[in-house]
Amino acid sequence: MTRTMDTQPQKIAAAKKMRDIMTTYYLDALSAAQNNRQVAWITSGGPVEPLVAMDIIPVYPENHGAMIGSAKMGEDLCGKAENLGYSADLCAYARADIGCAVAGGGPIGGLPKPDMLICCNNICGTVLKWYEIQARHYNVPLFILDTPVCHTRYYPETARYVKAQIREYIQFLETVTGRKMDMDRMTQVGRLSLEAQKLWQQVLKTTACRPAPMTAFDAFFFLALIVTLRGTRTAVDFYRELLSEMEDRIARGIAMVPDEQYRLLWDNLPVWHRLKWLSDRFAGHKACLVADTYTSAWCGAIQYIDPDHFLDSIAQAYTRIYLNVGIDQMADQVLEMIRFYDVDGVVMHSNRSCKPYSFGQMDIMARIREKTGIPVLMLEADMVDPRSFSEAQAETRIDAFMEMIRYRRPKKPQPGDLPAGLPAGGKT
Amino acid sequence: MKELTAFYQAADNPGALGRRITRRKILGTLCSYAPEELIHAAGYHPMRLFPSGSDNHLTRNHLQAYCCSLARGVLADSLDGTLDFLYGTVFVHTCDTMQRLSDIWRLQGRYRFFADVILPVRFDTRSAQNYLMSVLERFKADLEADTGTPVTPEALAASIRVYNRIRTSLSGIQTLNTRYPGIVKNTDMAALVKGAMIMDRETAAGLLEKLARQLASAVTALQTSGTVINKRIFLSGSACDMTGLHDLFQQIGAVVAGDDLCTGRRWFDTLTREDQAPMTAVARRYMHRSTCPAKHRGLFSRAELLIEQVRQSQADGVVFVLLKFCDPHAFDYPYLKAHLDGAGIRSLLLELDGTRDITGQTATRLETFLHML
Ligand code: SF4
Ligand code: SF4
Repeated sequence: MTRTMDTQPQKIAAAKKMRDIMTTYYLDALSAAQNNRQVAWITSGGPVEPLVAMDIIPVYPENHGAMIGSAKMGEDLCGKAENLGYSADLCAYARADIGCAVAGGGPIGGLPKPDMLICCNNICGTVLKWYEIQARHYNVPLFILDTPVCHTRYYPETARYVKAQIREYIQFLETVTGRKMDMDRMTQVGRLSLEAQKLWQQVLKTTACRPAPMTAFDAFFFLALIVTLRGTRTAVDFYRELLSEMEDRIARGIAMVPDEQYRLLWDNLPVWHRLKWLSDRFAGHKACLVADTYTSAWCGAIQYIDPDHFLDSIAQAYTRIYLNVGIDQMADQVLEMIRFYDVDGVVMHSNRSCKPYSFGQMDIMARIREKTGIPVLMLEADMVDPRSFSEAQAETRIDAFMEMIRYRRPKKPQPGDLPAGLPAGGKT
Repeated sequence: MKELTAFYQAADNPGALGRRITRRKILGTLCSYAPEELIHAAGYHPMRLFPSGSDNHLTRNHLQAYCCSLARGVLADSLDGTLDFLYGTVFVHTCDTMQRLSDIWRLQGRYRFFADVILPVRFDTRSAQNYLMSVLERFKADLEADTGTPVTPEALAASIRVYNRIRTSLSGIQTLNTRYPGIVKNTDMAALVKGAMIMDRETAAGLLEKLARQLASAVTALQTSGTVINKRIFLSGSACDMTGLHDLFQQIGAVVAGDDLCTGRRWFDTLTREDQAPMTAVARRYMHRSTCPAKHRGLFSRAELLIEQVRQSQADGVVFVLLKFCDPHAFDYPYLKAHLDGAGIRSLLLELDGTRDITGQTATRLETFLHML
């Protein structure tokens, strides 16, 4: 049985620009050595602004991991790490990166070699081990920014400790580069970073409109800039443009999912190797993934940033991010998103790679059910490694989940619809 | 050695013991980094929690299948009431799994007392040390708020002495076993360490001292008896309660000459100094004791220490015993193995799923490895 989309959704024009910016960024990074510039590898949740202020090129192995996943090279590169003795149960970003560092390969022929490594453990403990491995492999200095988890509170001693480390971080950069930090430039970069985060937040919030002008799948794509280039003018200009395109789409009623009937929230990292597949599946059900907990993490701590005391304030902003708090606080944020985006259901990606994101999901799921009664789907997968994903199984579960959503809130009848109760197929 | 019985009883059935203890409220701990001396000084009975092995369906509503058996196992025991004798629990921040288990546990709210001791991730900087000190002070205040009585420096100093007696005796027994392999059976040694983490600490300290003395005097007899020296192995890895494995070693004639397990040497190595202010001394021990892979103290510190300990124990080879889904250890394994290879020390990796029974395949691999040594 076939249920094709009525019309092809109108593409987002800014996507091309974004690709160009990312290409330039990677070319710059890859030719850093020729241009006498230094490269720092940094974790996705780490404070990049001091690097930008010191003209060091930040490179994100996790963003590279996402590219590896999207290019469907995850299995091969993870396998290379497994051949080196790394367990297949470890985070696939780490495995793919280690595999790539040792054996080469990958969608852009590997990352430029780092001159230093900046590891902030606000996202997980995995990054500590991963960066230790790379520090041994490349024999370069490693800076660890320890952001103690805030299970229930952000304690004064945590604040003191992280602030002290931000100062150590600046000293580390000054030692490695042999240059002094220009504090005026730092303030400027801080302002640009905050501005970009605010714009990113506004972009994400546009999907509260019905129909949503973009989906979480688009957000996964547009995320790359806020991760890699926050603190630069480029990021600010780009997101301003993207925002105005979204506003224009809203004004003209352009939907990303044609005939959007159901709105869903995504939790956890994307399944990079199945983005299109998943997007088609849900669109086939006229369901739009309007928001997600992942991309919003890059604007979730705005309230703590003080542009006039940027360095001191980022101690709190980088410590109190989404993953570095207790699951009850995470559940509260999810519930808030459910209300704000007015969603009909939640799709939770139980991601074998990411234990801090996935453990606790079931308790969050129970809270969502208890507080809102909306259906929650738990999808077993891995963000990069396709070996723990079964399309057939996912398909059945998505269909059953959408059936439940339809049962709870039947859509308005549309001409040409299938009779209710029939399983809705994707494009066959 | 009748002293052993108490340790076996505690190790084999912590629940029965827990239900009998009434003098002190019991606080369960899950990690060798738990500040036990403080817990003890505040008047509680610290008890290390080990999964009873009855993983049940109750955990399926909380933890996915790709979670280590340690976290699943203790949660199972909590959910089915096995741990109802606890007054509370103390979580220490180590790995991602523990971080989330702590959240899940706290939200269950099954016990009166709950605390997170959020340690720094590194133990090699001044700022981390200052932070650690504040964390311990906060934890002490939490305990005091619960009991309504301050933990005096004298009380803490007394608890430090008890713990140091346990540490000294266990290290002494292990050293004897290195020199005269087999003087203590593997299973006995394992029971001594595990039992000491569970039973009343003063009792444990007294019995261990007695045992250490007895063993030291037995040495002369043993020296002349011409006992065949078996293969010596060194165990490296995670938190392990591997009764089955120790039985197996015993059967195939291998002596566990040393270990760096979280449920072994890492718990009892390094004394807390008695000539410093007690709180400072407790904090200092964290900075100096051997590190768990979830913590950082230099890029090569674990490999260097492992090689040193293997040499000291005169082991013929190393057996890595890692729990499946234990990330920190799995990340360190390739580098540790490479360093052992470089030092000419052979090693074997066993990945265990946490069940106490050892499969035939594991047994065969182990036997083959021993023959190769
Ligand atoms: S996916 Fe999860 S475990 Fe892997 S690096 Fe990211 S936060 Fe850490
Ligand atoms: S350190 Fe390893 S064994 Fe211990 S709780 Fe964490 S994952 Fe489990």
